[in-house]
Amino acid sequence: MTPVLSVRNISKSFGAIKAVNNVSFDVHDGEVLGLIGPNGSGKSTLFNCILGQSTPNSGEVLFKGDSVAGKEAHELNKRGIGRTFQQLSVFPQMSVIDNIIMAGQEHHGTMLSRLMGAPDAGLTEEAEQLISFFRLDHLRDQMAGSLSYGQQKLVDAAVAFMSGPGLVLLDEPAGGVNLTMLEHLKERLQTYNREHGSTFVVIEHNMEFVMSLCSRIIVLAEGVIIAEGSPDEVKSNQRVIDAYLGD
Amino acid sequence: MTASPKYLLYIAMLVALVLAPLGQGNYIVYVLCSWLIFSVAAMGLNLTLGYAGQVSLAQAAFMGIGAYITALMTMAGYHWLLAMPFAILSCFGIGLILGYPALRVQHHFLAFVTLAFNTLVFLVLRNEEWLTGGSFGLVPIPRPDFFGFSTFKQVPFYYFALVCFLLAAGAMAWIVRSPWGRAFKALRENPIRANSLGLNTRLMTLLAFAIGSGFAGLAGAMMAPLVQFIEPGSFTLIHSLKILLMVVVGGSGFYYGPFLGAAIVVLLPELLRFTEGYYLIIYAAFVLVLMVFSPNGLIGLWQKLMDRFRTQQVERSDLKDGAQL
Repeated sequence: MTPVLSVRNISKSFGAIKAVNNVSFDVHDGEVLGLIGPNGSGKSTLFNCILGQSTPNSGEVLFKGDSVAGKEAHELNKRGIGRTFQQLSVFPQMSVIDNIIMAGQEHHGTMLSRLMGAPDAGLTEEAEQLISFFRLDHLRDQMAGSLSYGQQKLVDAAVAFMSGPGLVLLDEPAGGVNLTMLEHLKERLQTYNREHGSTFVVIEHNMEFVMSLCSRIIVLAEGVIIAEGSPDEVKSNQRVIDAYLGD
Repeated sequence: MTASPKYLLYIAMLVALVLAPLGQGNYIVYVLCSWLIFSVAAMGLNLTLGYAGQVSLAQAAFMGIGAYITALMTMAGYHWLLAMPFAILSCFGIGLILGYPALRVQHHFLAFVTLAFNTLVFLVLRNEEWLTGGSFGLVPIPRPDFFGFSTFKQVPFYYFALVCFLLAAGAMAWIVRSPWGRAFKALRENPIRANSLGLNTRLMTLLAFAIGSGFAGLAGAMMAPLVQFIEPGSFTLIHSLKILLMVVVGGSGFYYGPFLGAAIVVLLPELLRFTEGYYLIIYAAFVLVLMVFSPNGLIGLWQKLMDRFRTQQVERSDLKDGAQL
């Protein structure tokens, strides 16, 4: 079966520094893959190469078997790749429901039909379902910028799922989120993965979060993969302990 | 505001607009026409700047292009109804081209690019005398007739301008309420996120410029028959800054902002004339104080006041679902 995402021999250098060095891996349908490693290990560079925000020096990225080289972010999203950002990335002066409708409207109709059609592009019900799924109902009409950090992270996640992407890349979803909210976020992501069969790639520093969320982990250090396996295998890997986890 | 009072307010505003010129002298009606026309230009800039977040200091240049196209065509014998769409489409096309720098530069750099464009248009209008009449301008620009309805007198012209204004306001309301309006706001607030959600930010940036410029083209097409004489000095940078002031004073990014802003910029100096030499000082002080206390303009000020007097019914969101959120 064709992998949802194939990263093939990706290398990326900045001057003399090899940020990513010949990295290859596949992500399969419905899988939740964690990408971990110390700061400067190349995780974000790799993410940027996958998302077309950075052009690799060599290698290619395939989404469902097709190369996505040179594709812009909006084209990738139309093909079914969603993402969240490390930093808060909502539209602060738009309501929660508008944030979520915005995430879906470009996937419906043509430019002209979006101008001539209903203001909500017929997406209110779908957006409300997603709001309910993330238990944000009481915040539906609030400005996204007025929400707490953790709530905005949840909105960001809901936004990423609105277009029903086949692959979602989550960039440090747990960063800065308090423990209660973190548990809620993890539970929602797991439920979404189970119910919709979506595929996730997660970059995360919070080991407890990533180990309990992901079914497979890839560990990067100095731009190369030093370990790969189930959370338990990775946790007990001596190279990973030495390079990242510590004692 | 619930639906019924809102519609009553709309009807009241419409009645006020219809009654406004009755019993007034020619000059007052001329000032009211100017307000309607600058409202249309400011509406366009509000879309470009207020909704889509793209700085433009070239709105007067587009008004100039629209006015000159309308003047040249109507003086050549074409009807205004033919000249007007040509003016709008020309400005739309040129606006699309001017939008390209916005794909490369932002904020004050973009302001300088558009400023340079405004200067360029002024120079072309002044120097290409064979076409534009140079510094002498174009005169006499005819006022249109519509199936026996002559706009030659000031009050009929006001109603003609009012119809154009209402059509433009309706079109703008449609745009900003549509998914395009949401996309423009998303472009303003977080273009990288918007792009990652499937929005072609490049296309929307160009459209923001093009549509905003098209509205300025319409304003120019209305301005030419109002003044019946146009010259390059009417479309310089200072006029672009004036339109920018209308957007900012009214409330950038708010639908009604440009109408209020244009009223302040066009009508207030006239209302303050009784203060004789002090009117510019009072006017400047008003704008300064407004900007200091309400950077969101008059609409922002209104919202602040309403928030202060409105009963607070917001529940503590962190407690509403227990400790969950």
